[in-house]
Amino acid sequence: MSKLEVKNLNMHYGDFHVLQSVNMPIAQHEITAMIGPSGCGKSTLLRCFNRMNDLIESAKIQGEILLDEKNILVKETNLIKLRKKVGMVFQRPNPFPLSIYENVSYGPKIHGEGKKRVLLEIVQKALEDVLLWDELKDRLKDSALSLSLEQQQRLTIARLLAVQPEVLLMDEPCSALDPISTQRVEELMFQLKEKYTIVIVTHNMQQAARVSDRTGYMLLGRLVEFDETQKIFTNPKHKETEDYVTGRFG
Amino acid sequence: MLKLHQPLLVDKAVKVLFWALTFFTLIILFFILGFLLKKGLPVVSWEFLTQPIRDMGKSGGIFPSIIGTIYLTLLGVVLATPLGVGTAIYLVEYTRESRMTRAIRFGADCLAGIPSIIFGMFGFVFFVITLKMGWSLISGALTIAFMVLPTIIRTAEEALKSVPQGYREVSFSLGSGKWQTVLHAVLPRALPGILTGVVLSIGRCVGETAAVIFTAGSALGLPLSIFDSTRTLSVHFYILAREGISMENAYGTAVVLVLSILLINIFAYTLMNRYISKNS
Ligand SMILES: Nc1ncnc2c1ncn2[C@@H]1O[C@H](COP(=O)(O)OP(=O)(O)OP(=O)(O)O)[C@@H](O)[C@H]1O
Ligand SMILES: [Mg+2]
Repeated sequence: MSKLEVKNLNMHYGDFHVLQSVNMPIAQHEITAMIGPSGCGKSTLLRCFNRMNDLIESAKIQGEILLDEKNILVKETNLIKLRKKVGMVFQRPNPFPLSIYENVSYGPKIHGEGKKRVLLEIVQKALEDVLLWDELKDRLKDSALSLSLEQQQRLTIARLLAVQPEVLLMDEPCSALDPISTQRVEELMFQLKEKYTIVIVTHNMQQAARVSDRTGYMLLGRLVEFDETQKIFTNPKHKETEDYVTGRFG
Repeated sequence: MLKLHQPLLVDKAVKVLFWALTFFTLIILFFILGFLLKKGLPVVSWEFLTQPIRDMGKSGGIFPSIIGTIYLTLLGVVLATPLGVGTAIYLVEYTRESRMTRAIRFGADCLAGIPSIIFGMFGFVFFVITLKMGWSLISGALTIAFMVLPTIIRTAEEALKSVPQGYREVSFSLGSGKWQTVLHAVLPRALPGILTGVVLSIGRCVGETAAVIFTAGSALGLPLSIFDSTRTLSVHFYILAREGISMENAYGTAVVLVLSILLINIFAYTLMNRYISKNS
């Protein structure tokens, strides 16, 4: 069963038709990668899954996105519940200028958890899940901005895990990281997919090939091809896809 | 031959020019300060600061005026801050840029440009006469609250706008509502900027004369309730000097006034600098 299902999704920024009839399933406990040249609409698509595009005045969306078989694009959707379920990791690590503890506990506090003991447990669990606990357990009061970029990006993932989401949206989560940090974050993603459903946007084709189970190739707002990652990279059906994954594009 | 293009020479000349201009500004500033201090400082003593006003100000101290100024300023700023910050939050966080927000902003800018004596007239007609509050702390405080409102709105607006959009996005993406996002993700980051505006407003209230003399009056005694009239330091100075009661004590009052405003501004700028260095 698909965790998410995109059905005939069209989106405009004003008059600009940024997503054109996109259809794709996103399977549970898999990593789905979205690739494609700059400006093709990958981030825009990702931001449809947690309705972040609602913040943009000119954005208009038609079609359906089913989350557990319920359309989230309808007006009645409770955005707070939706975003609790479908969380997002941004391109640049963006911790709040607060302590490590306050960053991770931000979500649970917002959602009404007030007990110190419970919060600490949540923080510990989340930091353990991103393999930061041992490094940071003695400096939870330090500013999150004192961490390295990789630690910061892990921290933002922990901040997200603390609200117990089901789907993780990651928009180029490694683009600000060096190769070794990138590799470690990829390993982390591998572990996370056992519990979560992950959609990742990446410019790095090796990364898509390494981590993802399925890959979608987008071009100018269209989803050109969507298939198992292996097929996309070894035996694509479309000439455009082949040109892109073999680096002959442009 | 003299070349027209001699960048180095031009640079030097321009630098000297700007240095001279800056120097001139500083000279004026120090001249005024020096003059005041020389005339007024000998008058300022512990007695001067703590004694009641006697013989209309010819003798005694300025204690009631100090207290009146503090009360009036605090009351005015306490009234203006929630109103101004609330308006700014509404403009930045709850509306999109539209004709209405531009109209509100334009209104605030116009309000900022109105001379304070007009505020004084308005306060006199509206609070003192129409609402029958009389010459009192509350009439004065309401009047100066309206006067500093635009400053508070605009500084709070800038402070809120300077909070990176990313913080709002993260907060929303974690499932926060609008108010939670404003309260927990935006306001803490904007607070130093907002406070700077508030402190600058305090400085303006302390020094205000025209708006206050019409509304808070010029009673000599210590104000005991918000319905009592009081004479602030600047009003006291104005009356002493204008009616030639005591130039000595006028200068003494002026020194106390100027030094307090100086301190408040230094405080505001330190705050602002900390804010800027923290945000870059
Ligand atoms: N808020 C907006 N208003 C109008 N147009 C926008 C807006 N955001 C993005 N666009 C346009 O929509 C198109 C798709 O943008 P999007 O950010 O989704 O691309 P992307 O595939 O993520 O690109 P990149 O790889 O550079 O991140 C681009 O042409 C962009 O200029
Ligand atoms: Mg993008």
